[in-house]
Formats: sequence, structure tokens, C-alpha cells
Amino acid sequence: MANGNALLDARDVTIRFGGLTAVSHFNLGIQPHELVGLIGPNGAGKTTIFNMLTGVYKPTEGEIFVGGVSTHDFKPYQITALGVARTFQNIRLFKELSVLDNVKIGGHIHYKYSAAAAVLKTNRFHDAEEAAEHDAIELLKIFGLEDRADYYAKNLPYGDQRRLEIARALSAQPKLLLLDEPAAGLNDRETRDLLQTIRDIHQRFDIAILVIEHNMELVMELCERIIVLNFGKTIAQGTPAEVRANPVVIEAYLGEPAEAAGI
Amino acid sequence: MVACFHFCPLPSAFCLHADEGKRVTKSLPWWLRDFLWLALFVAVLVGLAYGLEAIPIAGIAYYNRILVIMGINITLAVSLNIINGHAGQFSLGHAGFMAIGAYFSAYLTYYHFAPSLDKMPAGTQQWLMQNVFLVIAVLCGGLLAALAGYLVGLPSLRLRGDYLAIVTLGFGEIIRVLILNIDKIGAARGFSGIPHWSNFFWVFLVCGLTIVISWRLVQSSVGRAFLAVREDQIAAEAMGVDTTRYKVKAFVIGSFFAGVAGGLYAHYMMYLNPQMFMFVKSFEVVAMVVLGGLGSISGSVVAAVILTFLPEGLRSVKDYMPGGRDPRMVIYSIMLIVLMLTRPQGLLGRRELWQVFGRKKKRDQSEAPPVQ
Repeated sequence: MANGNALLDARDVTIRFGGLTAVSHFNLGIQPHELVGLIGPNGAGKTTIFNMLTGVYKPTEGEIFVGGVSTHDFKPYQITALGVARTFQNIRLFKELSVLDNVKIGGHIHYKYSAAAAVLKTNRFHDAEEAAEHDAIELLKIFGLEDRADYYAKNLPYGDQRRLEIARALSAQPKLLLLDEPAAGLNDRETRDLLQTIRDIHQRFDIAILVIEHNMELVMELCERIIVLNFGKTIAQGTPAEVRANPVVIEAYLGEPAEAAGI
Repeated sequence: MVACFHFCPLPSAFCLHADEGKRVTKSLPWWLRDFLWLALFVAVLVGLAYGLEAIPIAGIAYYNRILVIMGINITLAVSLNIINGHAGQFSLGHAGFMAIGAYFSAYLTYYHFAPSLDKMPAGTQQWLMQNVFLVIAVLCGGLLAALAGYLVGLPSLRLRGDYLAIVTLGFGEIIRVLILNIDKIGAARGFSGIPHWSNFFWVFLVCGLTIVISWRLVQSSVGRAFLAVREDQIAAEAMGVDTTRYKVKAFVIGSFFAGVAGGLYAHYMMYLNPQMFMFVKSFEVVAMVVLGGLGSISGSVVAAVILTFLPEGLRSVKDYMPGGRDPRMVIYSIMLIVLMLTRPQGLLGRRELWQVFGRKKKRDQSEAPPVQ
């Protein structure tokens, strides 16, 4: 059985692609309302872990529990229904749809009705659509995007696209939000804004957040707990201060000290 | 443009602004509102049907026939647009679905309904039963086509793009070859003797319903899920959209209407031949959808109208050619090529007709205008 009150519990998760072990024996427990960072050099397996958590990949070994439910046989959309939403490293918005529709699709699991209800425009249709519209506008207001609700998503500036992706994920009303490099490609100012936004939504929606990030400053300032990954293995975890002082982490990022390498 | 024109008395379905639609629904229960619009639509259609019969123009029957074929083409294009344009599943098997609907409904009528109708005394009751039988036969044809759509939709869970196109193309051919080998429905001789039950009224009723249903779907959570699948399958799945289910749903809905259109076609032409449902027919429908703009319902309608009338309108070109050669299909092809070169996104792109005109009126400053 899984740890009862953990939102997410990944146990001894390993995935192999052919002969390559991308992630080995990864363990992670996330409690409600936690803010956890996942860092590591390029190719350490961070996004692979995200893909396993959200059901895109199936772990070769080990098991992942969301809210105490094993997600082994779950498809991505079923895991979303359990309360896990994500953003993508390379933005994956619905480019040719409006900003508003992007957010509405994010809330798909909450505002569904049958095709017959849609065709006949029953009361259920009107209620669901009204709720979807209302909630989507509210979310867009939080992200300051409400006056661009009618724009095609692809026409937003890059920084706004990143924010819209977060808004879309929040629209699924998740308990756990996975952010895959939310600050990638943002300048310093935008990164500061993003930091504030993530803090805000963490408070406002009372959700747990797991964030992958390369920007050390952001991770150190944002997260309560950090996990460091290298070559698919967890090499360190702890508070930002602990991680920063850990020689193994410094080595992974900067390489071995010259003397130790015997040069 | 007749088709476009008389669908306009359905503003609740075409309403752009959600508020207006809501106000109407608040004052009337939804079933009553829809029923009233339907009644009005039926009345207009009946009036038009009688009017067309009565107009004393030479060769009115010819124009009437082209109008009916146009209505069937619109139904086919709009239904394929649900699969290709909205859900983004490239299907080349629409002629197959149409053939299933056509042959199955014709089979029912020829072997079951028509004989029992003949036993009835002529009169109003017989006329009424004829139309009831037609509806039943055509609906059954549509349902069987929908079942086929379900079966074809299943491989689309695994296949994407070109691969799916080839599978659906193969499906269409399988259906044709199957029909070619069933003697009871005429095989290679063709299926003749189908009663002439379908007419202008039924074709355009179905055509209007297809457009309204397609429009209402795309404005709903179902339609948004279709669009999400088209835009980005991985992201759609991550947002909780069961992509498998919605792909199959699109196939089922699209093939149902193709089957219904096929049934009406059978009862209008009174003769079916497997040659009518070659893959060329599928391409014709795909050309309509692509020409109009993938994902644009009004685009499909406009393109279906143009592509129905164009080959007919070009018939007169022959008179000016030396030696009486007929270059109309050459001109038709050249026009298609030129259109695709100049507007690769189709006539309307992904917008609807009124959005295109609305944009021109506003003279939007940016190249990248808002959706509405």
C-alpha cells in the first residue's frame, strides 16, 4: 500500500529504453502543499520522470501512486483526472485555438457532457458552458491574460505563452502541478515575475508543485525541498541550503576538482 | 448560394455571441426553441421545394437535380470536415461510408419497404408511409455507416497522418469490392429499381441538420476536445482529454452523416453502381474540405457549392472549342491547382464566413488577428 496521505509516491521507479537506463531507482514522495524542485544537468532524466509521473511512459520497474492509487495501468488522461496536471518544456499550447479555448480545454474533465447535450443545447450544456467560461476568465485574470482571451495562442508573446500553459494546467484543478522548465527562454525580469506567479498560485490554489528548472536562482528561492538527479540517479536531496553545500552536487554541475581528478 | 441563404433562419444555432443565445434559452425551454426553429425550417424547405417545381423555366428539372446533388455534397463535405478538419484525422474513406449508407438503405427499401408499400392502397396514408420508410431506411444506412466508422476509427488510435489516410483509403476500396461481390445488391451490374423517394426537401433537411449539429458540436466541450486532439495530441491527453474516445467519436459522427447522405443519394438516383464510390469520390470530398479550409464549416459548404457547380458551369466552354473537344475537367483541375497555390490554407482558412468578413470590416491592424 502507498503512503496514505502522500499526494504522489514514486517507489523505486526505473525505466530503460533498450540498453539505456534513463532513470534508476527513483523515489519521491510529495505531500499536499509542498513545493519541490527537481534539478540536474542536461540528460539527467528529469523530463523522463515527468513523463512517467503523467503516464506518457510506463516505468520498467517500480510503481507510482497518486493519492494512494497505483497509476501503472493508467493512461495520461486518467492520471489528469486523479489531480495531476503538467506543463511542457517545449510549449505545447493548442496554437490555432483561442487563449480562452486553451484554458477551457484544460478544464475538460470538469465540464464534460454528452454530444447529444451539445447538439440539443440542453440546460446541462448551458450550465457547463457558463461554468467553463466563468472559471476560464477568472484564471486568465489571475495571469493578466483576460484582455487577450480572443487571441490565437500562437500569437501571444513567448512569456505569455508560458504563463498560459500554467493557466491551462491549473484549469484542470489539480492537486499537484508539474512544471517542466517554466523559466526556459525567459529573461531575468520575466523570471522574477514567474517566481512571484508560482508563489501566488501555490498559496491561492493550495496545491503541491513539482518544478524542473535549470535556473538555480529560481529553484533555490522557490523550493522547500530539492532533488538532484544525475545520469538517472538521485545524487542528493534536501533543503536549498543543504543542496547548495553538497560536494556531490557541485561536482555534478562543475565537474571534479582538478586535484581530485589527478591532473 | 440557395443552400447558404435559407439556413440563416437558424440564428440560435449560428449565434456568435453566447449572450444572445442564452437570452433565447432563458425564455423558452430548449426543446421548444429547437422545435420551433425546425418547424420554420421545414416550412421554408417545403415552400422552396414547391416553388422550384412550379417555376416555369425550361430545364428546371436539371437545375433541381444539381441543387439536390449540391445538398448531398454539402452534407458529405461538412461531415468529413468533422473528421478531417475538427478532429484532424486524415480520412480518405468517405466514399466507403457513403456507399454503406447508400447500399444498405437501398437494400432495405428494395427488399422490405417498397413491397409492403405496394400492398397499401394509394393515397395519403401510402404517401406518409413512404416518407416514414425513407427516414427509417436512411437512418439505418447511417447507423451501419456509423458502425463502420467505429471500426475504422479503432486503428486511428495507433495511426497518424499519412498512415491513417492509407488505412481509410484501403477501407473504402474494401467496401467497394465487397459490394461488387454481393449479388443481391446488384454486384457489378449495379443496383437498379430503387424507388424515387428522396427529394429536394429531404436532402436539404439533412443538409441543414448536419450543418447545425456540426456547428453546435464544435462550439461545445466535445468540439473543443476534437480541436485539442487535432492541435496537439500529447497536450490534449495531458489535459484529461481521452483522445482515443474523441477520435472514434469523430469518425462515428462523420460517417453517420456520410451514410445518411448516401441513403438519400440512392433514393434520388434510383440506381447505384460500385463505380460511383471509387476512391475518386473520396478525393472529391476531401478536395471540398481542403478547398474550403480545414476546420471551417462554412468553408466546406462554400467549397461544396463551388465544386458542384463548377463542372456544370464549364459545360458551355465546349461550344467555343474547335472540334468540339471538352476541356472542362482540365479547367477544373487548373482552377483547383491555382486555388491551392494562392490559398494553401483553403478559401476561408480555419475561420467561418462571418469571421472573415467581420475582420475586413474592422480592418485589424495586426497580421495576427484575434479569433473573433
